[in-house]
Amino acid sequence: MSQKSSLRAIPIRVESASSLAAAERAAVLEVCTRLKTLAGPLLPILHGVQRALGHVPQDAVPLIAAELNLSRAEIHGVVTFYHYFRKNLPGRHVVHVCRAEACQSVGAVALEAHAKKSLGIDFHQTTRDGSISLEPVYCLGNCALGPSIMIDERLEGRVSPERFDAIVAHARLPGGTR
Amino acid sequence: MKIFVPRDAAALSVGAQQVAESIAAEAAKRGMAVDLVRNGSRGLLWLEPLVEVVTDAGRIAYGPVTPDQVASLFDAGFMQGRPHALRLGAVEQIPYLKNQERLTFARVGVTDPRSLEDYLAHEGYRGLRAALALDPATVVAQVTESGLRGRGGAAFPAGIKWKTVSATAAEQKYIVCNADEGDSGTFSDRMIMEGDPFLLIEGMTIAGLATGATRGFIYLRWEYPDAKIALDAAIDAAVGAGYLGENILGSGRSFQLEIRMGAGAYICGEETSLLESLEGKRGQVRFKPPLPAIAGLFGKPTVINNVITLASVPIILDRGAEYYRNYGVGRSRGTLPIQLTGNIKRGGLIEKAFGVTLRQLLYDYGGGSLSGRPIRAVQVGGPLGAYMPESQFDTPLDYEAFAAVGAMLGHGGIVVFDDTVDLAAQARYAMEFCAIESCGKCTPCRIGSTRGVEVIDRLIGGEDSAKQEVVLRDLCETMTYGSLCALGGLTPYPVISALNHFPEDFSSQPAAKAAV
Repeated sequence: MSQKSSLRAIPIRVESASSLAAAERAAVLEVCTRLKTLAGPLLPILHGVQRALGHVPQDAVPLIAAELNLSRAEIHGVVTFYHYFRKNLPGRHVVHVCRAEACQSVGAVALEAHAKKSLGIDFHQTTRDGSISLEPVYCLGNCALGPSIMIDERLEGRVSPERFDAIVAHARLPGGTR
Repeated sequence: MKIFVPRDAAALSVGAQQVAESIAAEAAKRGMAVDLVRNGSRGLLWLEPLVEVVTDAGRIAYGPVTPDQVASLFDAGFMQGRPHALRLGAVEQIPYLKNQERLTFARVGVTDPRSLEDYLAHEGYRGLRAALALDPATVVAQVTESGLRGRGGAAFPAGIKWKTVSATAAEQKYIVCNADEGDSGTFSDRMIMEGDPFLLIEGMTIAGLATGATRGFIYLRWEYPDAKIALDAAIDAAVGAGYLGENILGSGRSFQLEIRMGAGAYICGEETSLLESLEGKRGQVRFKPPLPAIAGLFGKPTVINNVITLASVPIILDRGAEYYRNYGVGRSRGTLPIQLTGNIKRGGLIEKAFGVTLRQLLYDYGGGSLSGRPIRAVQVGGPLGAYMPESQFDTPLDYEAFAAVGAMLGHGGIVVFDDTVDLAAQARYAMEFCAIESCGKCTPCRIGSTRGVEVIDRLIGGEDSAKQEVVLRDLCETMTYGSLCALGGLTPYPVISALNHFPEDFSSQPAAKAAV
């Protein structure tokens, strides 16, 4: 590579070589436009992107960076700091299993093992049929009625292994939301 | 006919929504008109879903109700408060509830959290009206004199914080509510936000008026979607009625309030980390000084208080500092919403004046363990709180009394464990949790927690145990004194307390464990 061409190659604008589909790109830009005037807009924007697309794709990072006049590194640092933001598309339902002490005292360790075994996946993975993603969570605020899980945005208490299977089976039904 | 079915997330988690739908359907089938109110939870969580009907003899409770029992409740005439296997009598007379001092939680479970009219009819916004009639310095003085200390865990006097913000000149100041209730064994913030959201809004508005802050943020954890819905509705209603926003109640004063969602980082419950997060950054802890009261959110003077702290302010302004101060013991004044959780028969929310003992809570209120086995340990104050053995159950709930036995009250959560608990596993989990949630800024926390897991593994494995224990204690000392914030600084609490009080669990000799 000649010196001349390497000098020319310094990118100063977002390159359009992105795996984002046009609709995804539009969704990211819509969220940014709507929220960037907030004080401290980055977390609301990331929440907005994840709500729209189910995750925060890697290629959304440079777009958001350009919109907020921040570096890609800064956006990447924030996305990866918070457990809630996902870099990959989840299954149709996300099941968060509480691992915290109050749930442990009533069987959360066994429930976690059961969940992994019955779904055949570990935490941060998605079942082969694309229906369920499994995530750990540290307290759902339901500590007197544990063990607790959250499926999508719905809290479930006193979750025995049998009840877990029933909740998951119901979610897996065609059109089953929960 | 008025029927109450809670919409609190804990009640919903055991079927309250299905019960509400069944009641509506059954009433329609029978051609009966019912006024179904979705209240907050009374906090008698083992009785959820707890249905209440309004009768001439007051509100009569039935619970725990399942959808398939609804028809039989109608058959029995529950709308007239008639007998049924699930009938619990007048709800206010249930000893668990009757024997509480509900100041902050006075309305939770009683009113419709979506209704501003209901809030006003139950003494709502009287604190704000009182505050508007006083000059700001007097409002701050009232809070100081009430003895109210931060209920998030650090127990710092709220009035002192407010006074510092008040005395710091700036063109913009902020009120930030820490609603990142991440401690296991706690849900009092959630219950207030879902069950009486106007109370928190009123408390924050008073804080704004008192300190000259015109903008407020509620930093709410994503795990509480129902609280978000309740707060959104309450903010809209309060703005619409002139209690929030521009020119509050015609006073010419303004206070704007926004909700911001967290994203699953325990560390963001630490105040400076929360401020970083609100600013749109990684939730990394800041060095102090400067204190947030002087240079907080966006570098401006900021009051940052927990939900319960702010929610305790309206009653102080309404009834006076003296009224609040008269509850409690020693330097712990007022009441504490205690959350009795884990392996307990009657878990729930118990608001009591400081001074009640652990033993009273565990047995008189809680009725012993859920499993029926002996209670072996309780962890008080969240994942950074100490494990306390039976010999410490007579400790009164008081910040100083807990500190004296090497424990902490924190946010008032009590997690109960029966005799099947393995305290070595709990100690290991404490280190593991710290490793997962460390913000990474300081070395003792970031690396110490991982080394801690390894040392505990070797200790349990019987690999030169005496030596490992020395290393573990040394590591804990480094974390305690060398960490930047409470996460690394307090993780040794559960570890060392488990090691001190339950050494037999750390033994690799099966015989020693079996002998317990």
